Amino acid sequence: MNFNEIILEALSTLRINKLRTFLAILGIVIGIGSVIALVALGQGSQAAVSSQIQALGANLLTISPGSQRGGFIQGGAGSATTLTLADAQAIASSPTVTDVVNVSPEYSRRAQVTAGSKNTNTSIVGVQAVYATVHKVGVSEGQFISDNDNARQSKVAVVGPTVVSDLFGVNVDPLGQSIRIQGQSFKIIGITISKGGTGFGNQDDTIYIPLSTAMNDIFGATSLTSVAVEAKNESVMNSVEDQVGYLLLDRHGISQVANADFTILSQNDILSTASSVTGTFTALLSGIAAISLIVGGIGIMNIMLVTVTERTREIGLRKALGAKKKDIITQFLVEAIILTFAGGVIGMIVGVLISVVISKLVSIPFAISVGSVALAIGVSAGIGILFGWYPAKKASDLQPIEALRYE
Amino acid sequence: MISVSHVSKIYQTGDVEVKALDDVSFEIKKGEFVAIMGPSGSGKSTLMHIIGALDTPTSGTYVLDGENVENLSDDELADIRNRKIGFIFQFFNLLPRTSALKNVELPMTYGGVDKVDREKIARKYLDMVGLSDRLNNAPNQLSGGQQQRVAIARSLVMNPSIILADEPTGNIASSQAAEIMAIFQKLNKEGHTIVMITHESDIAEHAQRIIHILDGKVVKDGRDHKQRVIIK
Repeated sequence: MNFNEIILEALSTLRINKLRTFLAILGIVIGIGSVIALVALGQGSQAAVSSQIQALGANLLTISPGSQRGGFIQGGAGSATTLTLADAQAIASSPTVTDVVNVSPEYSRRAQVTAGSKNTNTSIVGVQAVYATVHKVGVSEGQFISDNDNARQSKVAVVGPTVVSDLFGVNVDPLGQSIRIQGQSFKIIGITISKGGTGFGNQDDTIYIPLSTAMNDIFGATSLTSVAVEAKNESVMNSVEDQVGYLLLDRHGISQVANADFTILSQNDILSTASSVTGTFTALLSGIAAISLIVGGIGIMNIMLVTVTERTREIGLRKALGAKKKDIITQFLVEAIILTFAGGVIGMIVGVLISVVISKLVSIPFAISVGSVALAIGVSAGIGILFGWYPAKKASDLQPIEALRYE
Repeated sequence: MISVSHVSKIYQTGDVEVKALDDVSFEIKKGEFVAIMGPSGSGKSTLMHIIGALDTPTSGTYVLDGENVENLSDDELADIRNRKIGFIFQFFNLLPRTSALKNVELPMTYGGVDKVDREKIARKYLDMVGLSDRLNNAPNQLSGGQQQRVAIARSLVMNPSIILADEPTGNIASSQAAEIMAIFQKLNKEGHTIVMITHESDIAEHAQRIIHILDGKVVKDGRDHKQRVIIK
């Protein structure tokens, strides 16, 4: 028999035993499909988180007040009240800090907000005009907080779309309407563009007001909750971080870095933290996928073992009629290869389809890893061929008389 | 044609030696129709396995059509079986869910016969056993007698030196058994050498010569039903 004929023969055997063929292929499809889909899900969500953090700005440093040290008592992070507007101005104007484009001092706090009979608890952020540039916040209607608003300590607010729907519903134009924050009336002058409610803090559920108004009129604060520093580009992040750090240490009269009463966090730090979290997530999914692969593999193994055992008499007959060992092994191996190949291709298609559906449903990027596909197909094919070959080898070693008598 | 001389077969089961065949010698000439008879446990199956090149003797020589079938490897035995022996089994041993035509083609696929010739030859022999209208039927769509006729067609396709039938009528209705024996007679008249193992004396009567086996020894070897006792 030549190669074509061997394949045709195997195909006709597989066609004759439809149920057995279907079950064997099903096992492989499940094994491969689940691995591809789960790994794609993990990598997709990792990519989603990364891109969200990147969108915040890769060249951004965030300075937060650290813990306050007094004797042996250490306050919680952010409890220090040492980060002031003067610090922010110093960063912007100091000759020792180079490569800084923008400095955005910020004061944020949650507060109760009312509009007519409706109220909501949301994040109030006191900002300067530069905030919009630094954090890439755009307005869909009206305008953002201006320097003028800050100078005049105006009672104006720019609200996120979520706040609008919470306070006004959907059919009202909120521009020019009044809302009350901490009992004081604010006029809405702008609505921000929706950024989608995922990631760190919902930017759509935020109210921006002038920093001066927030600190002096509303919350009576003397220090900032954070300062965002935008560096020229990503490559100078480390030097800017050092320059800002030493400037602040000097201003606060602290000689040792370990005693700093502030922390500087770059987007890269957040990114690496988030990556390690999603990395763990991917590892978890891969673990589940590996279990599916093992289960699928055992399925393939079972079917192959049963297939060969069930056909012991057939093998005996074929040997009696002149089949050599190599004929028997070739026959079963070719059948196993066709099964695993068909199952592999179908499993790959199913896995990719599931990945696409999932990525559409939970809106994460579609990511297929070549490695996971190769691993899944490799393992399934390996198992299929090994467990197709091993019993066939055993059967081909049987004396034809023994095999013919097998019940 | 077939020369069995001083053949013994010993099975070792733990410490116990079982002598299934004990110094058996006979010759079968081309064109003979021989029945090998004996009760179960007499060693006739072992003898059939050796004649069929399914097993090798412990001692003694077996020459089939000029080829010495001793100390051959499994694959060499497979080749001998393919070219020189046409098997007919008690339980037919056809491939399930496979057409009569494909079943008859099977030995030729291992014998290196061209695909086109295979089908032509298979059709010819199925026609000869009267199954030309059943070519595409699977075994489960055929009666026992028809299945055995498919098996006979299969045994002939490689033009073997001998046709070896193991209880060919043991599993089919007696009316159909007569048909099978008629085919055997016809094949024998055409010059085929037939060796048939059976325990039924009325079936054995169809042969020209009956070899009786008992306890691993040839006890009678008779021609034309005038059985003569071999003196040991």
